[in-house]
Amino acid sequence: MIKLENIGYAVKDSRTGKKNVILSDINLTFPDGSITVITGANGSGKSTLIKLICGIETPTEGRILYNGEDITGKSITERAKAGFTTAFQQPVRFKGITVGKLLDIASDHKNNLAGLCDYLSVVGLCARDYIDREMNDSLSGGELKRIELAMAMAKGGDVFLLDEPEAGIDLWSFDSLTRLFTKLRGKTVLIVSHQSKIIDIADNIVLLDKSGEPVSGTREEMLPRITANRGVCSVIEGGANG
Amino acid sequence: MDKLDKELLYKIAELHGIPEGSYNIRKDGKSLARSSDSDIEITSRRDGREGIDIFVRPGVKNKSAHIPVILTQGGLLDVVYNDFYIGKGADVTIIAGCGIHNDTCGEARHDGVHTFHLEEGSTVRYIERHYGEGNPEGKKEFTPVTRVFLKKGSTLVMEATQLGGVTNTDRLTTATVGKNARLVIKEKIMTSGRERAVSRFKVRLTGENSTVDVVSRSVARDDSYQSFVSDVIGKNRCFGHVECDGILLDRARILSTPKIDAVSPEASLVHEAAVGKIAGDQLIKLMTLGLTEKEAEDTIIKGFLY
Repeated sequence: MIKLENIGYAVKDSRTGKKNVILSDINLTFPDGSITVITGANGSGKSTLIKLICGIETPTEGRILYNGEDITGKSITERAKAGFTTAFQQPVRFKGITVGKLLDIASDHKNNLAGLCDYLSVVGLCARDYIDREMNDSLSGGELKRIELAMAMAKGGDVFLLDEPEAGIDLWSFDSLTRLFTKLRGKTVLIVSHQSKIIDIADNIVLLDKSGEPVSGTREEMLPRITANRGVCSVIEGGANG
Repeated sequence: MDKLDKELLYKIAELHGIPEGSYNIRKDGKSLARSSDSDIEITSRRDGREGIDIFVRPGVKNKSAHIPVILTQGGLLDVVYNDFYIGKGADVTIIAGCGIHNDTCGEARHDGVHTFHLEEGSTVRYIERHYGEGNPEGKKEFTPVTRVFLKKGSTLVMEATQLGGVTNTDRLTTATVGKNARLVIKEKIMTSGRERAVSRFKVRLTGENSTVDVVSRSVARDDSYQSFVSDVIGKNRCFGHVECDGILLDRARILSTPKIDAVSPEASLVHEAAVGKIAGDQLIKLMTLGLTEKEAEDTIIKGFLY
């Protein structure tokens, strides 16, 4: 179980020097084995929340507990080794490092073609076409995004933090993507998303709001609240199908 | 050939002793071993200067020649002139390179002047590695000059690598690229300590549809210094692309000087250069996969250079 206690995060605006509060007084619990979708308007701090949980950023207030242990001061690497797996909103490009090499690093062993095929076929890519290609701009945005997800699957773990995993992936492949997330059932999964099809597979939903406390609950509890809020409803893509 | 010679040969040419095919192994200013056949003939120079002439028979395919040089003494300046005459339609690989083992605190230097004459439709893959080792106080220096003349439809792919131990390098590569001819240069350099590496390219695209593609990747550590100077002149309808990427670590410095000169209005010339520290998001991504920051840095550098 992941528990956020009174989490706050503020940065100093480099231009004005003023303190810019991104998140304040966040108290949330993510139960073991549940899929939680984090949604909310742009700028509500969804990506920041993911970065705080995986250790890229450190909260300016509060603490993060994982299975009762305070992990607030633990590094990215320590959290990764403890079973935290992150897929970035913007996949990182590497000059000279191949897709195959990255999957080897993620899985922590040298894979043969069949092994790499297992990881890539889950995201709809054929291993033969990709393993020797560099993870650079010669790949399309959608391809980079799929490989980012394949790396997360290859790494494995107990906690999956996926930041807008559907962004840039064509609608034709969407169903296979949602099937991928259902494969993660049993893990603790946090997905930042605005997509109704992803919201449909959530056990719980967290609605972040810059001007107030986050609202969270089961999907059944939350859907009427989301659809009742016109401001948020317009953010949800594809219509919410309770 | 002793153990040290063999180790140096392996470092620069991945040779486990005497290679197959044509070869010339030069040690401490003298030819140590040579073999030559009618496809690739290696002879002493006709003009009496130090070095060799290499003649590749027209139409010869899938053959290779090894011409490594090793220096195992300090206080030695080895200047060598090698000329390559590649016959029409031939397609060969030439593996050169020099390894210096200098146990003294003096200077050991190798100046290799290589001139390539590629006839119509011929293709050469030229691999050159430079490596230095021994007493850190002793200088290991290289001043390679590569001159390339590409006739109609010919291609030279040059892979130049220097991954450590060389105190000082000053490389000059010049080329004249003819009609439908292609020059590809891939350069990889790593410097550390107080090492200094200068790499200069001057390419004249004279023929219609001639192309050049230079990709230089470098990593500079500690207090080392690198300079990359490229000068591409487009005198016809041609395409030139020069890319210089440098990773800086510690207090190192990289200077990149681009020059592209479209003499012909039909010339299309591109220069890209990026020098800086390792991107933070690359380190973070690899750390989220479980690597430490140091492991992530090593992985990025290795991927970048190998």
